Amino acid sequence: MTHHIVPVKTYAFVFAALLVLLALTVAAAQIENEVLNLLVGLTIAVSKAALIMLFFMHLRYNTFVIRMAAVAGFFWLAILMTLTMSDYLSRM
Amino acid sequence: MSVAELPRRHYLNANYNIWSWLLTTDHKRIAILYMISLTLFFFVGGAAAILFRLELMTPQGDLLISETYNRLFTLHGVVMVFFFLIPSIPAVLGNFLVPMMIGARDMAFPRLNLLSWYLFMAGGILAIAAIVGGGVDTGWTFYTPYSTTYANSQVMAMAMGIFVAGFSSILTGMNFIVTTHTMRAPGMTWFRLPLFVWSHYATAVIMVLGTPVLAISLALIALERGLGVGIFDPKLGGDPLLFQHLFWFYSHPAVYIMVLPSMAVVSEIVPCFARKRIFGYSFIAFSSVAIAVLSFLVWGHHMFVSGQSVFAGMVFSFLSMLVAIPSAVKVFNWTATLHKGSISLETPMLYALGFIGLFTLGGLTGLFLATLAVDLHVHDTYFIVAHFHYIMVGGAVMGYLGGVHYWWPKMTGRLYPEWWGRVSAVVVFVGFNLTFFPQFVLGYLGMPRRYHVYPDEFQVLNVMSSAGASILGLGYLIPLVYLLWSLKYGKAAGPNPWNAKGVEWQTPSPPPTLNFDETPVVTEEAYAYPPLDESSAEGEPLEPVAN
Amino acid sequence: MNTHLAHHFDDADQQFDAARLGMWIFLATEIMFFGGMFVGYTIYRVNYPQAFAVGSSHLQLVAGTVNTAVLLLSSFTMALAVRCSQTNRRTGTVFLLAITLLLGVVFLGIKGFEYTEKFATHHVPGESFSLSEPHSSPVDPQHVELFFSFYFAMTGFHALHMIIGVALVTIAATQAWKKCFSAEYYTPVEITGLYWHFVDIVWVFLFPLLYLIR
Repeated sequence: MTHHIVPVKTYAFVFAALLVLLALTVAAAQIENEVLNLLVGLTIAVSKAALIMLFFMHLRYNTFVIRMAAVAGFFWLAILMTLTMSDYLSRM
Repeated sequence: MSVAELPRRHYLNANYNIWSWLLTTDHKRIAILYMISLTLFFFVGGAAAILFRLELMTPQGDLLISETYNRLFTLHGVVMVFFFLIPSIPAVLGNFLVPMMIGARDMAFPRLNLLSWYLFMAGGILAIAAIVGGGVDTGWTFYTPYSTTYANSQVMAMAMGIFVAGFSSILTGMNFIVTTHTMRAPGMTWFRLPLFVWSHYATAVIMVLGTPVLAISLALIALERGLGVGIFDPKLGGDPLLFQHLFWFYSHPAVYIMVLPSMAVVSEIVPCFARKRIFGYSFIAFSSVAIAVLSFLVWGHHMFVSGQSVFAGMVFSFLSMLVAIPSAVKVFNWTATLHKGSISLETPMLYALGFIGLFTLGGLTGLFLATLAVDLHVHDTYFIVAHFHYIMVGGAVMGYLGGVHYWWPKMTGRLYPEWWGRVSAVVVFVGFNLTFFPQFVLGYLGMPRRYHVYPDEFQVLNVMSSAGASILGLGYLIPLVYLLWSLKYGKAAGPNPWNAKGVEWQTPSPPPTLNFDETPVVTEEAYAYPPLDESSAEGEPLEPVAN
Repeated sequence: MNTHLAHHFDDADQQFDAARLGMWIFLATEIMFFGGMFVGYTIYRVNYPQAFAVGSSHLQLVAGTVNTAVLLLSSFTMALAVRCSQTNRRTGTVFLLAITLLLGVVFLGIKGFEYTEKFATHHVPGESFSLSEPHSSPVDPQHVELFFSFYFAMTGFHALHMIIGVALVTIAATQAWKKCFSAEYYTPVEITGLYWHFVDIVWVFLFPLLYLIR
């Protein structure tokens, strides 16, 4: 079988990184600036999600088709988000 | 010429036990289960249409009161859209044919396939329960805040029914995508796939990525109605239009769930009965994918007069025009395939030609509606009703009937009576146009949809439409009768009655449980019909091949 | 010959690939399912930023943070469980799946505790909703109610997914205990793992969007 086996060390490292990011995001939440607060929060969330997907979910080691399936979900969500917001942000 | 005989063992007589049907994981049997249940729903939805077409014969409300009328058109819409059109071709023909066309023994997930039928039936039973329990009066669109706050009909049960049926659609789509990726026979490369499979792949993408958004919007309605979690509630500062955005994000692409599989069927029928290779294979293949993607960019054209911003209206108007391009690419390619073909007008071909004409009309009127200024004039009139019936009935249902006739010999092993088939195709075409063409005129003159009382001057056109509806209804009953008749009395078809290309025609009709006696190896592209001068000179393209 | 190979597949690799691709496609539909709520959330947060900040300040940051850590840890143990089944370590698989299961239950317990508190303070949307803000506050309590509508809809659907996840992990653990798996066949563990990580990712986004607004 050709299933990729990731070393335990990698998993442990990713988990440690996730905890550091969690601490960071809680600390950064004290930023009073509305926009900056959201931006930092989202950036950290995206990084955490990326770590989980790439390593825990083996996306890094998977085939092109599976990566496309993962990307498709986010791409379609971006369509929904962008076009809906194109209405709401131009309402005034 | 030897008389064809049915094979001794096939998927239909493999087992007669009722559980061998209800617990089957054979994609062919599941397709048959779907076909039977869909036919029932089709006639439920059709009965509602007959009632309100009767009511619309006169300008006064003399047969139905407003509340009943509202419930009837909602019933018609919900049942036809969610319980007939969306599953029609994918769940019946797609289920039966996608594995056969790629040379596989079954779908990738046979048990999920069966589960999808049970989910469909569970959703359908909930919907029927909602109908029996008093019906729903919101229209099939469930617009908020009416559906969340004011309607006192069975909105919850109906919404749950559609929610559950949605998951059946998701599972079907998932199965198509994975099956196409992982189950192809040796030699079946992507560009040797029949266009039927390409179209179903594109359809599956819409099912998988669109349906969950419908599910969440209905779930949010249920939360608001049931628990007071008011996300769309204007009293709290919520926006009812958000529901329309979410709803149409699915429900516009849903139109392509109905029509892409029809295009799939037409792409198979046209080359077979023109005895010609399909023209522009890769253009048709990629236009399916393009339609699937573009269909998600246009939903705002349902909301031009809803209070959506003018800027968004312009964006959506422009994007809507784009869908016309891949759709037209297909129509041009089918027409080019017909050019200088050796055309014979068997029943499937009649339906396919009907599809091309009616779909073109529906598509062109769609361009009118995508134009912001014109839509303001005809929005919520019968013009819209006529437009989407040209796509959904003239397009999707014609394709479904064409496909059922084309593959009936493969599914049942028997031929339907050809003469009756042609009669029904013509009756359906005439009845359809008589029903819906007057509605374009009515809408243009300003008759709004969803009212059962109307000014006297609209009566003539409405009577024409109702008369057409009765012809159309008859046109649908004829195939029901002769197809059932053919199950017992039809002539045995043999493996390839149309002398068609494609892996599914290389196995006996009806096929064995595992589809092929041995896994086929594909060595040529799809639609490799011989050049015309080489095929039998005097026609007779339909002579069964001697095997 | 592998006893887990279904009749319609040619070999175990094909079967494994199909299952994994199927799960990823299902996860794409899940992204769209939660995505609908995220879009709604975005619109209202843009329209009523202060109300959302006020609503967020009523959530229990400590509980939320602990829950995030619990879920991240459960993802870690889940990844290790998959690795154990890849390397044929049955007891390891069972043990790690059990830990994952336990962490999932802890998460749901903390969530239940938070919900109870919300009911007690009348922060649940509906007739009984009330907000004890000073009257000088510029924020419309009804907009805060919208925030809580999203809080309950989003965390509620997430919790529902957690409950399903707990059930799936239980099944996988039982099967592993009964020696159903080997390095050649561990598809259910892999699939359950993907699902579990996905539910974790949803929470990774919910946490800053609900608990950390200023």
